[in-house]
Amino acid sequence: MLSAEMFRLLTISALCLCMVSCQKESQVDQATREGILIMGNSSDPKSLDPQVVTGVLDSNVMRALFEGLVQFHPSEDLTAPPGSALELTPDETYTVWSVKLRPDAKWSDGQPVTSEDYAFAYERILTPDLAAKYAEMLYFVEGAEAFNKGETKDFSTVGIQIIDKENFKIKLRGPTPYFKEVLKHYTWNPVPKHVVLKHGKIGMIGNPWSKVENHVSNGPFMLKSFRRNDHIEVERNPYYWDAKNVSLKGIRFIPVSNPFTEARMFRDGQMHVTYSAPKEVVDMMKKENPEVLRQEPYFGTDILRFNNKRKPMNDVRVRRALSMALDRAALCDNIYSGYKPTYGLTPPTDGYQPPRLVKFDPEEARKLLADAGFPDGKGFPRLKMLVSSREAAATIGAATQAMFRDHLGVEIEIENKEWTAYLVAMQSLDFDLCSGGWIGDYIDPLTFLEMWTPGNGNNNTGWESQEFLNQINLALQVSDPTERYALLRKAEEILLNDAPMAPVAWRSKNYLIHPSVKGWDPVLLDCHPYTNVSLVQPNKD
Amino acid sequence: MFKLLISRFFQGLLTLFVLITITFFLVRAMPGSPYTSEKAIPKHILDEMNAYTGFDKPVHVQYGRYLKNLIIHQDLGIMFKKDGVKVYEIIRDSFPVSLALGMASMVIAMMVGIPTGVIAAVKKNTPTDFACLSFAMLGICLPSFVIGPSLAVGSLQIQAINVAGWSSPTDWILPAVTLGMINAAYLARLSRGGMLDVLSQDYIRTAKAKGVPEYKIIIRHTLRGGLIPAVAFVSPAFAGMISGSFVIETIFQVPGMGQHFVNAVTDREFFLIQGLVLFYGFLIVGANLLADLAQIALNPRLR
Repeated sequence: MLSAEMFRLLTISALCLCMVSCQKESQVDQATREGILIMGNSSDPKSLDPQVVTGVLDSNVMRALFEGLVQFHPSEDLTAPPGSALELTPDETYTVWSVKLRPDAKWSDGQPVTSEDYAFAYERILTPDLAAKYAEMLYFVEGAEAFNKGETKDFSTVGIQIIDKENFKIKLRGPTPYFKEVLKHYTWNPVPKHVVLKHGKIGMIGNPWSKVENHVSNGPFMLKSFRRNDHIEVERNPYYWDAKNVSLKGIRFIPVSNPFTEARMFRDGQMHVTYSAPKEVVDMMKKENPEVLRQEPYFGTDILRFNNKRKPMNDVRVRRALSMALDRAALCDNIYSGYKPTYGLTPPTDGYQPPRLVKFDPEEARKLLADAGFPDGKGFPRLKMLVSSREAAATIGAATQAMFRDHLGVEIEIENKEWTAYLVAMQSLDFDLCSGGWIGDYIDPLTFLEMWTPGNGNNNTGWESQEFLNQINLALQVSDPTERYALLRKAEEILLNDAPMAPVAWRSKNYLIHPSVKGWDPVLLDCHPYTNVSLVQPNKD
Repeated sequence: MFKLLISRFFQGLLTLFVLITITFFLVRAMPGSPYTSEKAIPKHILDEMNAYTGFDKPVHVQYGRYLKNLIIHQDLGIMFKKDGVKVYEIIRDSFPVSLALGMASMVIAMMVGIPTGVIAAVKKNTPTDFACLSFAMLGICLPSFVIGPSLAVGSLQIQAINVAGWSSPTDWILPAVTLGMINAAYLARLSRGGMLDVLSQDYIRTAKAKGVPEYKIIIRHTLRGGLIPAVAFVSPAFAGMISGSFVIETIFQVPGMGQHFVNAVTDREFFLIQGLVLFYGFLIVGANLLADLAQIALNPRLR
């Protein structure tokens, strides 16, 4: 293998070097001409199985290969165009949803997508043996949690009812008017029952059905090739029900982990869209080529966690004082790039506005700290702020340190840990203060609020509030969207007043995009439906 | 010679065993596990995963299982964050890339480094010597994360060369030159030192007195002994080069083995760390054996 590779490299490269002057077309120009979108994607996905993957970069590939009952809209966040479902109808309480599948929905091997495939997929992700990390996303379904926790082995207790090949019903644990938003998540995608069972049992970890040679999908694209750490290429799926309206012929995902390498590849004409753009690249592109730079709101919030179990952060006055001493505007202007200062926790959307309870007020902060027994910071213990070694975390830590010193007279230390050690310390509450963040799984305030309920594994502050829990539970029972948002807003008010953490900045998605890419509009979850994307050779005149 | 080979073989086996054992326990002493993730995993899911991989058993039991799987089944284990992927697949896919890149780099390093060192030694204390030494110092002092991006930015103007990637036939040039130049600098210094040492020997003076032409003295009488330090450096350096470089592979997006060394640690990919350390240890042991044999061939006094 090696000698062949070496021989190929040496001979062809010598020839290519001789023809330097002849080669004019960049990879992007060639790909545009061929209808292939080249995307940076940070890393290889954990798997090509939608029920096993867990991250944002995984979802970029899943969106090309699979289609759920609904799709992402190219430009509207709270609109869910139909996908495999021809009709998706809730009852009057938004608890039982009737699904009618498209008769022309097919897998990439030509087999029809049926109700059985969906029911099988839901059973599979909830099967305890599969140990699917994101099985929780299906806990919206009645009985799903008990089945996933092994309390029952009878899947008929889960609220999935097959009517016939094209019709089935989903019974939820309570009114869920925003269910279509939840359905956009890849965990709700179907898997081909006939292929999965051909290669292993329903709960088999590492089932080889998702390997390149066996892979079958139902999305607008199907797998073409996968070389680890090099690329994943997908090509148009001829069996896709709307294939005639898919403009792209294929997509090539490049797993570039270094954002500076990615930016160089973009500038060299090797990529249409980058996965990210760090502040240094943003600043440079603003001067050099602003039309290719995008900075768009993203459904994520950076926060500063307080360890509510430790003194003096077990005093709400101290927590609020620390939160009020954070000059969020200065952080956004000088360190973050494109981020917005928070005034609540949940990023604002068309439907939901968070309460305006987070502010920078050093005077009020000093007063609160004095009330807590620390006038001008005297007697305040030297706290440690845990930060990860990733991205700008250490710089944010240093800025926070300076703000607490200047505004409160309080000294803190920065404790920088590598990523996994940082997560271990955060999850075991081994910190005083801890920088962190959260990205919503779907567009609804619940994805930002449910994590603060007692016992939730993502809380990581030690904070518990029965009043907050009651408010969340109330909201879970309400079907009217307006009333529901009001209840969730009230819950967020309780949370922000008690300040177990301080929201710092609402995230933005910074990236570079080639002018030839059309139909790539700002969306909060950064989930762009590829069916809407086209490539048009820019006019060079 | 045969006795030496047998002795070195068993020494190598012992080294690898100690390496595996130390790595196994050090890896498990790190905070966190392969399942540590930003979004908390529910306890019942975590229990399932631990039962699947045997992490629910005491560490000494895990160690016994690992050795058994390694020795009896030649199984290096599985990846935790790449579903259904085995460690040997990662090494199998990435090593040929690193090997190709390492060999190209080594050729560049030797073609640039050794002649530079030889010329510097022959032209000792002349401007040529100072120029060669400056080149060597520059190569040693400038880290790869400075040379690499500088070359990449410079090549933005050359249409035929991609700044990163491993898909086009010319993609090996920038990473191989970066990696090669760093090693060329070391080789130049070592070759110069070795050559100077030999050039001051009595038999060289005798050869000069007998009127042997300089090029013959250098090629026939000096090179063989003068390159011994360089040869001692080349073998382990070669093992390092063909096992990949995290920095080079990250800068130039090369799908080699180097980035796995770092990512496996940050991701707590226990089996991958152990597999890579074992493989790298095997390469080093093999390279050192080859270096010993080469030195014996070059230096009759060692026979």
